[in-house]
Amino acid sequence: MNWVFFRRRLADRIALVCAALATAFGLFFLAWILWTTFANGAAAINARLFTQMTPPPGADGGLLNAFYGSVVMIALAIAIGTPIGLGAGTYLAEQGRHTRLAAAVRFVNDILLSAPSIVLGLFVYELVVVPSGHFSGYAGSLALALILVPVVVRTSDEALRLVPDRMREAAFALGLPRWKVSLQVLYKAARSGVLTGVLLGVARISGETAPLLFTALNNQFWSADMNAPLANVPVVIFQYAMSPYDQWHALAWAGALILTAFVLALSLLVRLVARGRHS
Amino acid sequence: MTEAPRHAAPGLAARALPGEAGIVLPAAPHGFSAPVAAPSPRSALPERLYRALTAGAAWLVLLTLIAVTVSMAVGGRLAFQTFGLGFITSADWDVVNGQFGAFVPICGTLVTSAIALIIAVPVSLGIALFLTDIAPVWSRQPIAVAIELLAAVPSIIYGMWGLFLFAPFMATHVEPWVNDTLGALPLVGPLFAGPPIGIGMLTAGIVLGIMVVPFIASVARDVLGAVPAALRESAVALGATRWEILRHVSLPYTRSAIVGAIFLGLGRALGETMAVTFVLGNAHDLSVSLLMPSNSIAAAIANEFTEADTDLYRSSLIALAFLLFIVTFIVLSLAKLMLARMDRSLGRTH
Repeated sequence: MNWVFFRRRLADRIALVCAALATAFGLFFLAWILWTTFANGAAAINARLFTQMTPPPGADGGLLNAFYGSVVMIALAIAIGTPIGLGAGTYLAEQGRHTRLAAAVRFVNDILLSAPSIVLGLFVYELVVVPSGHFSGYAGSLALALILVPVVVRTSDEALRLVPDRMREAAFALGLPRWKVSLQVLYKAARSGVLTGVLLGVARISGETAPLLFTALNNQFWSADMNAPLANVPVVIFQYAMSPYDQWHALAWAGALILTAFVLALSLLVRLVARGRHS
Repeated sequence: MTEAPRHAAPGLAARALPGEAGIVLPAAPHGFSAPVAAPSPRSALPERLYRALTAGAAWLVLLTLIAVTVSMAVGGRLAFQTFGLGFITSADWDVVNGQFGAFVPICGTLVTSAIALIIAVPVSLGIALFLTDIAPVWSRQPIAVAIELLAAVPSIIYGMWGLFLFAPFMATHVEPWVNDTLGALPLVGPLFAGPPIGIGMLTAGIVLGIMVVPFIASVARDVLGAVPAALRESAVALGATRWEILRHVSLPYTRSAIVGAIFLGLGRALGETMAVTFVLGNAHDLSVSLLMPSNSIAAAIANEFTEADTDLYRSSLIALAFLLFIVTFIVLSLAKLMLARMDRSLGRTH
C-alpha cells in the first residue's frame, strides 16, 4: 500500500464528503424553514383571513387590510421604480456605456443593491415623514421603490447590453433617432430581461419589513388612504409574531405562509422567464 | 456600440440657425456633411428628452447614495456633537437619563457577523465545490436553484422561524452541550458559558450565517466554474485529485473573487435587520458570553426608533444608521473591487 497515495486519496474523500455535507446543511435549513412556515401557516389559513381586518389582542380576525396595503404599496413602488430603473439602465447600456458617469453609477448601484434596507427606511423617514409630519403609505411606497430601482437598473443594463449591436446599426441605418431605436427596437428585444428584473425586484420588496417600519408604519383598521399610516403584511407579521397572543401568532404564520409562497413562486417564475430567454 | 452613427448630436442638431427658424441642421457624423435626412424639429425634442431623462435617472442613482449619506450624517449630528467619540466607545445606553453609548450594538453587529462568516464561508465553498465538481450533472441546476431560494425567503420568515423553532432548539439541544464542552475550556470558556436561553448572539450569528450562504455560494460557484479548463486539465494530467485541484489551482486562481464574495456576504450580514431583531434579544448589557442576549445596530433601530421620544434619542439611532451605512459602503466597495479584479483577469469587461 502506497502511503502517499492513500493519504492523498483520503484527503480527497474527506473534502468531497464535507462538500456534500455543506450542501446538505444548506438544503436542510431551506426544508426546515419552508416546512415550518407551511405547517404553521396552513393550520391558520381560513376564509376570515381574506375577509376581515387585523383584530385587537385576543380576538379573531383576518389580514384583509394588510393584504390591500401591501398590494397597493408594491404597485406604486413598481410605478415609481420601473421607469427610473429602466431609464438609468438605458443610459448605462446606450449613450453612456463607456463614460465615467456610467462606471460610477454601476459601482454605486451595486452597493445600493446590497445596502441595509433599514437605512433606506430611515432616509425616507427623514425625507418624507418628518416634513409631512405623519407616517404614510406614500412614504412606504417610496422606500420600497428605493430598493426596487437598483435591481431594475442592473438587470435592464445587462439585458440591453445583450442586444447585438447589429440591431442598433440596422436601426440607425434606417435613420431612426436614438429614442426611437431604444423604444421600438431595443426595449422589444430586451423585454424579457427587463421583465425579469422587475419581477426580481418585486420578489425582493414584497418581503421587506425594515424599510416599512418607520414609513408606512401599520394600521389596525381598514384604510385606503395612501396619505395615512397603511397596514401591510410584513409589519403585521413582525408585530403579531413578537406579541404574546396565540391568535396573533396564528395570523402571523398565515401571513408568513402567503408571503413566502408568493415570493418563492415569483422567484421560480423569474427563472422560467430567464430560461426562456436563453434557449 | 462601435460604429453607430451619432444621430443628432446634442447642441448641434437642436440649434436652429438664425433666420431659419424651425429648420434644423443634421449632425455631421465624422466631420463631413453626409446627405442624411434632417431630423425634423418634432423629432429633436423627443431626442433631447430621451437623453435628459435617461441621464437624469442615472444621476438619480448616484444622488440617492449621496443623499442617504448626507441625510444620516445630518440626522446623527446631534448625537455625535453631544457624545463625541464616547458615542462609539461607551456602553452606557440609558434612555431615561439621555445617555447614549453605542458600544453594545456595534459590538453585537460585528460579533454576529463574524459568527455568520465563520459558518457561511466553509459551507458556501463546500456547496460551490459540490455544485461544480461533485454532484451528478442532472442534479446541479435544481440544487443550485434550491440554494438560491434561501436568498429569496424574506428575512422576516427567518426571524419567525428563528424565534419559534430555532431558538428553542438551540436552548434545549445545542447550548447545554456548548456550555458543558466549550464552556469548560480555558481562555475561550467564558465565550460559551452562560444560561442556555436560545436567544442571543450565537443563535443570531448562526441564522445570519444561513442567510448569507446563498450570496457567497452563488458567486463562488460562478467563479469556480469560470476557471479555465486548460488549468484544470493540466492539474488532472499531473494526477491531482479534485481536492488538490481546488486547493492548489482553483482557489488560488479565484482568490480575489472569493474574497469579494465573502465581503459581499459580510455586507449583507452587517445590515440584516429583521431576522436578527427576532433572535438577538434587544439587550443593552455588555457580556462576554455569546449565549447572552445582545443588540445590533440594525435591531436597535428597528426596535427603538418608533419609541424614540427625544431628539437626542432619535439622533443617536440615526447616528448608528450612519455608522452602519459607512461601514457597509466600505465593505461592499471592497467586495466590488475584488470581484472586478477577477473579471478583468478572466477577460470579461463591462
